[in-house]
Amino acid sequence: MLNFIIRRSLLALLTIWALSVMSFVIIQLPPGDYADQYVQELLQGGWASGGAGAIAEEMERNLRREYGLDQPLFVQYVKWAWRMVQGDFGQSLEFQKPVRDVVGERLLMTVILAGTTALFAWGLSIPIGIYSAVRHHRIEDYTVTFIGFVGLAVPDFLLALWLLWMSFKFFPGLGIGGLFSPEYIDAPWSVARVIDLMSHLWIAALVVGTAGTAALIRVMRANLLDELHKPYVVTARAKGVTEWKLLLKYPVRLALNPLVSTLGYLLPFLMSGSIIVSVVLDLPTEGPLLLRALLAEDLYISATIVLLLGTLTVIGTLMSDILLGLLDPRIRIS
Amino acid sequence: MVLADTGVQAERSSALDREEEKVFVASQWRLMWWRFAKHKAAFFAGVVIILLYLVSFGAEFVASSDPSAGLVEHAYMPPQSIRWFDDGRFSPHVNGVVSARDSFTLKMTHEVDPDVKVPISFFIRGYEYEFLGIFKSDRHLFGIEGDESRPAPFIMGTDKLGRDLYSRIIYGTRISMSIGLVGVVVSLALGIVLGGLSGFYGGVTDTIIQRIIEILRSVPTIPLWIALAAAVPGDWSTLRIYFAITIIISLLAWTELGRVVRGRFLSLREEEFVTAARLAGASDIRIILRHMVPAFTSHVIAAATLAIPFMIISETALSFLGLGLRPPAISWGVLLKAAQNVQAVAVYPWLMLPAMPVVIAVLSFNFMGDGLRDAADPYG
Repeated sequence: MLNFIIRRSLLALLTIWALSVMSFVIIQLPPGDYADQYVQELLQGGWASGGAGAIAEEMERNLRREYGLDQPLFVQYVKWAWRMVQGDFGQSLEFQKPVRDVVGERLLMTVILAGTTALFAWGLSIPIGIYSAVRHHRIEDYTVTFIGFVGLAVPDFLLALWLLWMSFKFFPGLGIGGLFSPEYIDAPWSVARVIDLMSHLWIAALVVGTAGTAALIRVMRANLLDELHKPYVVTARAKGVTEWKLLLKYPVRLALNPLVSTLGYLLPFLMSGSIIVSVVLDLPTEGPLLLRALLAEDLYISATIVLLLGTLTVIGTLMSDILLGLLDPRIRIS
Repeated sequence: MVLADTGVQAERSSALDREEEKVFVASQWRLMWWRFAKHKAAFFAGVVIILLYLVSFGAEFVASSDPSAGLVEHAYMPPQSIRWFDDGRFSPHVNGVVSARDSFTLKMTHEVDPDVKVPISFFIRGYEYEFLGIFKSDRHLFGIEGDESRPAPFIMGTDKLGRDLYSRIIYGTRISMSIGLVGVVVSLALGIVLGGLSGFYGGVTDTIIQRIIEILRSVPTIPLWIALAAAVPGDWSTLRIYFAITIIISLLAWTELGRVVRGRFLSLREEEFVTAARLAGASDIRIILRHMVPAFTSHVIAAATLAIPFMIISETALSFLGLGLRPPAISWGVLLKAAQNVQAVAVYPWLMLPAMPVVIAVLSFNFMGDGLRDAADPYG
């Protein structure tokens, strides 16, 4: 088992390193470098008058030296990576704040949304999956399978768009989009603000979680179908155990095993999966920030978000793998 | 009586024999075809996909007006319904529309005038186009003939610039449907070469390629391809952006195909017929191309079909965010970008119509892929 954990952890480290290279490439891709952009931003902001040109040039030189921008790419990468490890993610041009603060502000909301979505996806998919498996080959099963199929196939941002329009048309009073009513957006945390958040959160979670729920229903249904016809179920039934007790006590518990293993990566997976929906619903999460930063070429923000979401996913997957290895000995041997 | 009975039985069993014989002598592909055709949903989905590709091939003919031309006074016109009968006679027409600018909101308002009937005819002469760069034509499937002020029936409404949304969706079919095919070809090439190397040679090659696949699979794709797509320079030509986007999508999507190919190679490597070919002195390339590839083509086709909807959704999502293709290119995603704004959708809901073909195409590919996967192994 220890061997398995070590092997998995090494692979995870390798993946995070590969991710950091990709994020660095993202910073390097657009023409010009950070110093150019910074000075340009300053000059646009009214610095151009008088002798500011010389000062700007001086600043550009200083910045180049500090970030090592005049050195080979390899050195630049090492310097950048070292700063990232120390928790210095650079400076945002657009917000004129450290990237850490800008990204950090939205991290809480992103985690809350992903967590709610995960709860929602699990709470819905397990009972529906069980029901669908028990009603195998009947109209209820076909209905669930079909809805699940559509839920998987329809892109979630289109679903979000459609829901937005429906709510506009039929419930004009219901504020959909955003996570807070206007009066609470900048308010400090209070009980009223939490209640307001709850009333907005469920619809966002519903949209973000559709595809995941559909996928989980399929997994749960397939797992349970595998178990339902095993001899131990027949034995228990022959002994007169009531149908519900029998179902929940034996096959469902076994069928849940593979689902438990998805716990680790579901959260980070939802965090990056919700990016496009968040843009449509205008949620204060990392998704719209990433899009805005990419369009404004605010490169340190985009690189940080990509690396952050990636690292969380890798760690989550590692945790799931280890959990699954603990649950199922066949996996750690192969 | 007894005699007659055995006679019937003999007849029955010989009918069964004939039936069985047909199965025995049928080629592998024929068996697959029978199996696929039995899968009603998959078969129907296949027909829908063929229709979609026909539309994208002949977009100029199917569209009823120039997708990039529009009149400002037609801006944001709601979809017009076609009336098929006039006084009990078959005479398809749309009602006339009186457009005016609201002096208070400055929006265009469109009043339907039920007394004016604009006839719709089929195979009409409309705007001129050059079909596939080969010959010029001005034939269109249907439309309004000889009316300069109203080039199309506007069955799906118009956009901000008064362009016919129906014609634009038809043109969008070309990019949206082809990007799936081109993307799958690129992914397949990567998947077959790398998956094949991995599965056929095994050892260190296999380990390295497997690690690469594992890394790519555990990386969250959405933030990464959004970031990569944003780095595509905006001043590139449409064609260059098209290929850049396709390659970005494929680079992150080939791993599943690579996994399928590798799995097939691994299981076939141990088969007797491969050993026999090796003993007979066949080269590696000959063994792969002549003996192994035909044995798993059907599985790869099924996997590739299931990969196409992912490509279509990816392109739509990227263009929807404004990071993929940009106007004047027309794809379903580019058209949907007009619906990104909630306020616009609330007032002009038909801007969401380009989502329909996306959903239809994605569902069809999924159903057909499922059917192909079942049919891929006709002996199973």
